[in-house]
Amino acid sequence: MAETVNLTINGQAIQAEKGALLIEVARQNGIEIPAFCYYEGLTLQAACRMCLVEVEKTPKLQVGCTLPVADGMVVHTESDTVRSARKGTLEFLLTNHPLDCPVCDKGGECELQDMVFRYGAGESRFTERKVHVDEQQWSPVVYFDAPRCILCYRCVRVCNEGMGVGALGVSNRGVISEIVPNRHDYLECDECGACIDICPVGALTSGSYRYQTRPWEMTHVGTICTHCGDGCRTTLGVRDDKIMRGNNRDHSGINGEFLCVKGRYAFDFVEHPERLQSPMLRVGDTFEPISWAKAFETIAETFTAVKARGGKFGIIGSNHTTNEENFFLQKFARQGLGTKNIDHHRTGDLGTFFDALSGKVDALATAGDLYTTKAVLVVGADLAQQHPFLSYQARANFRHHAAHIYAVTAGPVREDHQAVASVRVAAGGELGGVESLRDKLKAEGDLVIVFGDGIQGEGVRKLVAFGDSLGIPVKYVCLVDYSNSRGAFDMGLIPRDGGMSVQQMLGAKDLDVLWVVGANPLKNATLASPNAFVVVQDLFMTETARTADIVLPAASAYEKNGTVTNVCGEVQKLKQAVKVMGTKTDLEIMGSIAKEMKLNLGIWLPDKVFGEIRKTVQGYDVPLPVVDTGGAAPTMPLNGRVPALPGAIQSAGDTLFTSGSMSRYSKILNAVIESPGGLYRR
Amino acid sequence: MNFSPQLEEKFAKMLTAYPEGRKRSAVVPMLIYAQDEVGAVTPELIDEVARRCEVPPLQVDEVVGYYSMLHRKPMGKYHVQVCTNISCLLVGGMELYEHACKKLGIGHKEVTADGQISLEEVECMGACSWAPAVEINYDFHHHVTPEKLDQLIDGLRKAQ
Repeated sequence: MAETVNLTINGQAIQAEKGALLIEVARQNGIEIPAFCYYEGLTLQAACRMCLVEVEKTPKLQVGCTLPVADGMVVHTESDTVRSARKGTLEFLLTNHPLDCPVCDKGGECELQDMVFRYGAGESRFTERKVHVDEQQWSPVVYFDAPRCILCYRCVRVCNEGMGVGALGVSNRGVISEIVPNRHDYLECDECGACIDICPVGALTSGSYRYQTRPWEMTHVGTICTHCGDGCRTTLGVRDDKIMRGNNRDHSGINGEFLCVKGRYAFDFVEHPERLQSPMLRVGDTFEPISWAKAFETIAETFTAVKARGGKFGIIGSNHTTNEENFFLQKFARQGLGTKNIDHHRTGDLGTFFDALSGKVDALATAGDLYTTKAVLVVGADLAQQHPFLSYQARANFRHHAAHIYAVTAGPVREDHQAVASVRVAAGGELGGVESLRDKLKAEGDLVIVFGDGIQGEGVRKLVAFGDSLGIPVKYVCLVDYSNSRGAFDMGLIPRDGGMSVQQMLGAKDLDVLWVVGANPLKNATLASPNAFVVVQDLFMTETARTADIVLPAASAYEKNGTVTNVCGEVQKLKQAVKVMGTKTDLEIMGSIAKEMKLNLGIWLPDKVFGEIRKTVQGYDVPLPVVDTGGAAPTMPLNGRVPALPGAIQSAGDTLFTSGSMSRYSKILNAVIESPGGLYRR
Repeated sequence: MNFSPQLEEKFAKMLTAYPEGRKRSAVVPMLIYAQDEVGAVTPELIDEVARRCEVPPLQVDEVVGYYSMLHRKPMGKYHVQVCTNISCLLVGGMELYEHACKKLGIGHKEVTADGQISLEEVECMGACSWAPAVEINYDFHHHVTPEKLDQLIDGLRKAQ
């Protein structure tokens, strides 16, 4: 510990690090100093006057949020003087704040309401007319009600510092001060909604949540966002089997309170009207609803027959389904159907990556490492668009620890603003760009290299060799697109031992069965086999589902339990939030087909399958208490020798506002598309 | 946006006057000098200053909203600023301001029909020792009485 000082707060003797802020020291010792403008991790503002405390031998009350602790300091945080000062501050804040708590979204979880309850500034001496400004809509997801604003600047700071966007500012001064959006009367930003979450009052409200419900009417389900691969925990507010909102105010999970537009708003695909709710059987050019029993029977009969005559199966798994489902699917394929033709849309070269890391310990960076490492090198990816949480971590690391950021990209990226050095390279020239940074990187204490799909095959080996040659501890993140892209690879949805890749399956003319679980490989491709029996499990009638003989309505990640592995290889648990009538989880569907075929593939309960995964999948022997309590358990693919695999590897090139085939079913994502972010868009 | 050679020279020097990476420090002086030349802080001017100082336009906009001496609309050739903050208020600042309103027939941040004179009720100008104070363009006038203000305004009219 650094130099310490001894002080007394409310008669309690406390030892603290010299220079620490009084408000933090008090908090760490279980003493709350209330504040609106002070926010951990953001710059100091000292605007609200709520944290006034009494310091002995100092004539006036002091502001706890900017006061460094000193030796011998004697502080009182709950004296009569302090309480009356807080009451006065509240009375002041309430001069223009409307008392519309009964209709305000924030009612029940409002920091101002809590404080007024505690210090009781129930009566006001203010008799003048309150300043009123009409409510404004700044974007499909952000509304602003100026009179409720207490000018704590949290939103301005989180947008500027946390997100690196800077879309909010404060205009005018005095009683007419107001938060303003960057485009005069609307916002052009990430639409992440961080400003809404961080608002201590109901000044900023969410387009999808406003006036819908009260916080205490919902149950709050902590699960993992189903969109990109960063694995952010999103806490879904559920009422009457409907997701009302997503946020992470409890700071649970690896992401703390961070969420992007997808994690906070893009759960609405769940109730899209086109959601499949019954199994469908192809009859000529159309589909007819059939019962689950009939669907399982038909599929089982065909699978059994094709297996018996030694026909050719092709199985394509998903980037979104759980580890349990992926594990069960590959077991079904290899043990149940006796085929090696199993693959999924691979979005990063994990195979070569694991092979290149063989024998190395501690070479996989976790999301947390991006916040603590001394330096971050981003190669061939627009993190802010493709992996917003990883981008946030690196940015926070830069702000809090002055980490050195390096970017080797095809064009300008948000990391440039923090970067020590940015190198612009054409696609394919990334390694040359990395090489040009050698001397600078050598001088770093440790390094995390984050690389996109532009680096694959030999490129990955060269990059790892480059990392080895620097002589400093280097960890890596191989970027993959979706919520369980990493898990799909780890569970074995790969064409090893001579199996066929996605491209080979689609191109083959003699496929007897194509079984697609939660993927859309025919989005921009056609199936060459004319007589293949096609079974598709999906949420929607995608391009692939339209070619199917039988379509089965699957449950989304928000409707099931299980585990997923994020881009950094951290395993986290999903928790079922809602149920959509007519659907089944992919695990149950596969289990039922197996049962119908009289195959013995084990019990298809998520926990049981996860138990099997822990025993058999390399690196997944993760501690259960960590996963069960909502933590993120890193996997360790030691000696993860993976043979070279056939097939293409390509990121889907999503932006902040797209999510593969899923985004078109999210009303919100379609409403907010305005930021181009097309550097690596496809 | 281009300015006169003299102003460009001033700005070039200004941008080197601050430590490395602190170009934003030049926002306020740049706005004030540019306002004198352009006549008002126009949206184009905000974008230009933002570009030169390497900050988002919104941050320049915030500054314009904050400082009362920055005007989004053109003021008169002579900008009469009357202080009504506490020191001036105690010795007749408010009466002085109301007198000016009547005399000129305009209110706060308004311009006379001929565009010659504008009026503004301003906050403390740091001239409390000589209150009540009035500032016309960049010239201070101390211990101003309604009569003295009349003379000043009449003088401005003659000067036109």
